[in-house]
Amino acid sequence: MNDNLVISSSPHIRTFQTVRGVMVDVLIALGPVVAVSILLFGYRALLTMTVAMLAAMLAEALWLHQWNIFGDGSAAVTGLLLAMTLPPDVAWWIPAIGSVTAIIIGKQVYGGIGNNIFNPALVGRAVLVVSWGTHLVGPIWPVPKPFHFFADISAVTTATPLAGEAEALGTTLSQLFIGNTGGCLGETSAMALLLGGLWLLYKGHIDWRIPGAFIGTVWLMGTLFGGAFYNNSVTTGLFHLLAGGVLLGAIFMATDMVTSPVTPWGKLIFGVGCGLITMLIRLFGSYPEGVTFAILTMNALTPLLDKFTIPRKFGEVKQVA
Amino acid sequence: MMNNLYLADITRGIFKENPIFRLVLGMCPTLAITVLVKNGLGMGLAVIAVLTCSNVVISSLRRFIPEQVRIPCYIVIIATFVTIIEMVLQAFVPALYDALGVFVPLIVVNCIILGRAEAFAGKQPVLRSLFDGIGSGLGFTLGLLLLSLVREVFGSGTLLAETNFAVQLFGANFEPMRIFAQPAGAFIVLGLLLALTNIVFKRLQID
Repeated sequence: MNDNLVISSSPHIRTFQTVRGVMVDVLIALGPVVAVSILLFGYRALLTMTVAMLAAMLAEALWLHQWNIFGDGSAAVTGLLLAMTLPPDVAWWIPAIGSVTAIIIGKQVYGGIGNNIFNPALVGRAVLVVSWGTHLVGPIWPVPKPFHFFADISAVTTATPLAGEAEALGTTLSQLFIGNTGGCLGETSAMALLLGGLWLLYKGHIDWRIPGAFIGTVWLMGTLFGGAFYNNSVTTGLFHLLAGGVLLGAIFMATDMVTSPVTPWGKLIFGVGCGLITMLIRLFGSYPEGVTFAILTMNALTPLLDKFTIPRKFGEVKQVA
Repeated sequence: MMNNLYLADITRGIFKENPIFRLVLGMCPTLAITVLVKNGLGMGLAVIAVLTCSNVVISSLRRFIPEQVRIPCYIVIIATFVTIIEMVLQAFVPALYDALGVFVPLIVVNCIILGRAEAFAGKQPVLRSLFDGIGSGLGFTLGLLLLSLVREVFGSGTLLAETNFAVQLFGANFEPMRIFAQPAGAFIVLGLLLALTNIVFKRLQID
């Protein structure tokens, strides 16, 4: 037998892309966001992110009985994303418990990476919000102190722009774009998030449809129903886009490969649904922010969306009943 | 020999056919009232009482109840005992009665009780039905106790709260993980306990 004629079963085409490679790319994409949050909130931001990542990686390593705590990198991404959704001056045990919950309840009980129904980081955040709501969604947030690494950020506090119209009017759109405002670690700077999003788009890890539909819906709803309190309707729409966690959710969480639809139309519907639920909660609900629950709700619908939006195969004829 | 049969009737309800962890019956009270150990124990005892009495009566009447209308007959018998229990609770432990709320009258439609009547008491002799009722009731109570223990310790940070033996488990700065005291937490704890019992039963090779 000739060694050049290898007989094997499919698959015959393999990719060089690995889970680890994708996760490293996501971590790189989060680089600008991490940098900006450390610049703004100093050592507290670094502490929160470190604790969240370490707890997530340790939980995963212990569960899988492996020594390499980085593993495929997915736990690090989950931990970092969870930290991004937390206030900068949060007590150290909150990111720790959140990360362990995210890894165990959010991912491993379903059978590990690729099998989870819900985005693990958001499961962690949802459990934290329900359990210790006063620590996470309180009316008062630390004021960022740019370029002061050891600043005691919790000394001066403010309300986030989303908390009410009066607070919103104190913040300009450019402030929101750069990120110099109160808020969760990863949500303040639209600029850094967009940079990370561009990197992910360039590497082909995310599709424009989910973030596009999500962001578009939020802007449209904000413009139509936002009440034009922010100069005029269009800027009110932009305000809803830049304030809060919409960009973070749209770029990094709704696009999670495991928990979002794979079909083109499914992705569009998924994004629109996320935007709709977010804005319904913001405008008519009791929470100031609704990105977490919007994405989790749409995660639950993902299998349905995939089932009903299967593209027609080339040459397929509609069956006559 | 006969004693073994009765013993088997009891242990079957506790382990092999545990209402909560094996049959997954009676989920409404299981998820709703297990916030405190006290409530879980109260509900469990009420179910033991109703289940044992209804099993005995149904079993002794099994030759008189027509096949076609057996379900209404069972329900009337069960409802009788539930009404008695409800009045007893209201008279002697009003606090517990208030805590369990609508779930006391709802024992009437508890799947375990009708399930045991249909699957066991309607066909088996009185004495065996008695032990079957005690066993299934004990199994249900055990499940409720486990669930409410986890939920109370993590969700409130106490043990046996609202009783004379109340213990504050953690320091003053402890902030309970409130999700365990809420419905979402009930589902999470039940799921984890189901998984755990499956592992344990597999290890011990109990089918």
